[in-house]
Amino acid sequence: MSTELGKFKAGSPMASTLRMDRMPHIWCPGCGIGSEVNSFAEAVKRSGIDPKKLVVVSGIGCTGRVAGYVNFDSIHTTHGRAIPVATGVKLANPELTVVVFSGEGDLSGIGGNHLIHAARRNMDLVVICNNNFTYGMTGGQVTPTTPNSAIASTTPYGNYEYPFSLPFLMDAAGATYIARWTSMHARNVTQSIEEALLRKGFSFIEVISPCTTLYLRRNRLGDGVDMLQHYQENSILKHGADTRETAIDYQGKIVIGKFVDKNKPTYLEASDKCSIKLVGDDYQLYGKTIPEREAEEKAEKERIAARRAAMAADEAQGEVVPAITRKASAAKVKKAPAKAAKKAPAKVAAAPKPSKKAVVKPVKKAAAKAPAKKAAVKATVKTKVVAKAAKKAAPKATGKTKAVVKAAPKKTRK
Amino acid sequence: MKTVPADPKGVDSGPHFMDGDHALAEGALAAGCRFFAGYPITPSTEAAERFAERAPEVGAMFIQMEDELASIAALIGAAWAGQKCMTVTCGPGFSLMTENLGLACMTETPMVIANVQRGGPSTGLPTLTAQQDMMQARYGPHGDNMIIALCPDSPQECFDLTVEAFNLSEFYRVPVIILTDETVGHMHEKVVIPPADQIKVVPRNNYNGPKEDCRPYKFDSKGGHPMVRAGDGYNFHITGLTHNEKGYPVMTADQNKIVVTHLMEKINSNTDQIIRLDEDQIDGADVVVVSYGITSRIAVKAIQDARKEGIKVGSLRMITIWPFCEKRIRELSGKVKAFVVPEINYGQMVLEVERCAAGRSKVISVNHCGGAVHDPDVILDAIRKANQ
Repeated sequence: MSTELGKFKAGSPMASTLRMDRMPHIWCPGCGIGSEVNSFAEAVKRSGIDPKKLVVVSGIGCTGRVAGYVNFDSIHTTHGRAIPVATGVKLANPELTVVVFSGEGDLSGIGGNHLIHAARRNMDLVVICNNNFTYGMTGGQVTPTTPNSAIASTTPYGNYEYPFSLPFLMDAAGATYIARWTSMHARNVTQSIEEALLRKGFSFIEVISPCTTLYLRRNRLGDGVDMLQHYQENSILKHGADTRETAIDYQGKIVIGKFVDKNKPTYLEASDKCSIKLVGDDYQLYGKTIPEREAEEKAEKERIAARRAAMAADEAQGEVVPAITRKASAAKVKKAPAKAAKKAPAKVAAAPKPSKKAVVKPVKKAAAKAPAKKAAVKATVKTKVVAKAAKKAAPKATGKTKAVVKAAPKKTRK
Repeated sequence: MKTVPADPKGVDSGPHFMDGDHALAEGALAAGCRFFAGYPITPSTEAAERFAERAPEVGAMFIQMEDELASIAALIGAAWAGQKCMTVTCGPGFSLMTENLGLACMTETPMVIANVQRGGPSTGLPTLTAQQDMMQARYGPHGDNMIIALCPDSPQECFDLTVEAFNLSEFYRVPVIILTDETVGHMHEKVVIPPADQIKVVPRNNYNGPKEDCRPYKFDSKGGHPMVRAGDGYNFHITGLTHNEKGYPVMTADQNKIVVTHLMEKINSNTDQIIRLDEDQIDGADVVVVSYGITSRIAVKAIQDARKEGIKVGSLRMITIWPFCEKRIRELSGKVKAFVVPEINYGQMVLEVERCAAGRSKVISVNHCGGAVHDPDVILDAIRKANQ
């Protein structure tokens, strides 16, 4: 058995981005976290960012374990504190790209205060929030996003609280990039994470995902595939949607898409601007002047653009088939990455060139980015491939799962 | 401990007239601290204010976080991203910080936390002094862990001990707590900051060997193991879970024994290098006054008066409060008639003294519930009683 596992590990297309020495992971079959991690790993590859300069920070819970499986510098923190730890990492070394990968209970429950304040500061972080409406690790308790009337172990007669709509919360708090997908929209998740990795400011990506073992079983909603089908039938793609209209009712419609993408100086840019006013042009942070840091940033951007161009060339020749699209129909696979590649260098080129007055030029930035963004939106509406695959699998599975649900004892994990 | 001269950029050399809180911030900057995350709380706020004011010119980062939970969490992130870091707080904030103080101990993250103590419990006496968090500093976080705590008695020592706190913290990779109090924090005195080349600092030791040999931890009950810095390409992993030297979770009783033993012994088996005491006329003394922080300065008056009365009184001032100077108290117990332990709490460090005296010498607690310092006469009375 161990040899088979070894073969699987060595052969995995994610071998370089995941810690294969820690596999198998703890997540249940049908859970959405695995596909999110897959999307994340794929997005990191596609983005062209230097994986050495990437730090992943997680809190506690099922999603909190992500930091332990990704093969980057990674920190598994205490419950709810992933964002402040990530804030420390980012501010202590602004060259790093910092991603917070955690669950909705961790981020919006115990860590809610940190979430809103990081958004308010426009801290340069990418926050990926797995929202499965449940505290999975502790056995399926109600969370701040559990829809009203849903059953959880601590709301055995139905949830009577009002849930958070996270995109609305994040919008109100000042996040500059907000997207929501479901774990069925794997390619859109990848796309959004890629965009977030390449932009500056606080990015919040919510991924609605099934907790098969607890939330689905307790609410008699079938298994993972049933839930993917539910997502497919009930997701409403609405880019730029008013975040006030993104609430999720129990088994109701789910508004998905990229809701917010705007530019505003980040915490560090604002702090630089203030310090330069005070100290003058020779202001240094950690021994580096602003022009020095800008030059480094520019060089890094060029390296990223070069990597992306090289990947695009490879993909055009069909040498590299991204792992995430392998399951999708072969015909479409080649087109999609090629498109993504085309728009990608354009976006990098359009990205603002660091100037002497580093700090405020959001207006220019926005203007330059606009065409690239439109392309991105188009690319993200390519969910059909995945959706079809899910549909095919769904009818077979549903019959089985219902039987399983009935037979399954009310077991919870400790 | 390998030391280098301080970076002159953070050293504001010369004589100053400043309070203890400001001296904490200056000590941090002199020691090479370039990251400060904090939350305002009386009576520690002045230290944060000083750091915020000085940060741009020194090239350091200051951030006021949303609470103390976040402040100490940010330090953990900053430390692993390569910066020496500090926060200041007092009782209520320290209670919140104990959460990630545990994570910092578990992940062996260097950082300095100053607790400018005020009267408690709860909101207590925000603007008045106390020494009531002595045990909390040691036993605050859940689970077995060990920290180092230092106790300055003056603004000058706030500066000196902050530099020392950073040095110990870097070498032993442990949070070091400066347990000062409102009186010292708000007391203005002369503070002399030496020239940079006379300040010895332990620089951050980052691992730079081959990737396959990279281990964030070494469970050898010693200090000096290098940190791994984020962004250096080692793909390290750290977690609050019980882990192996690679940082990966291994949740077994056997592994927890290895980790806990290391965390405790890293400090406990190196007490000779860590502990600093200030002793006066202990040889031949009948009574020894064991004190720390501001109380030791009050005790001086009582000791002088007692000596005038012909009582042989020695003074043992604990500069290092944790680890406790167990060995010294054991040596003295049986030789002296009694230990007198004045402190501005209901009797905390006296418990340690009693434990080590083990019935061989009397131990007299001179407690005070906080809000003010002792009247020296109360300590004098206790010395007289001890000499009977």
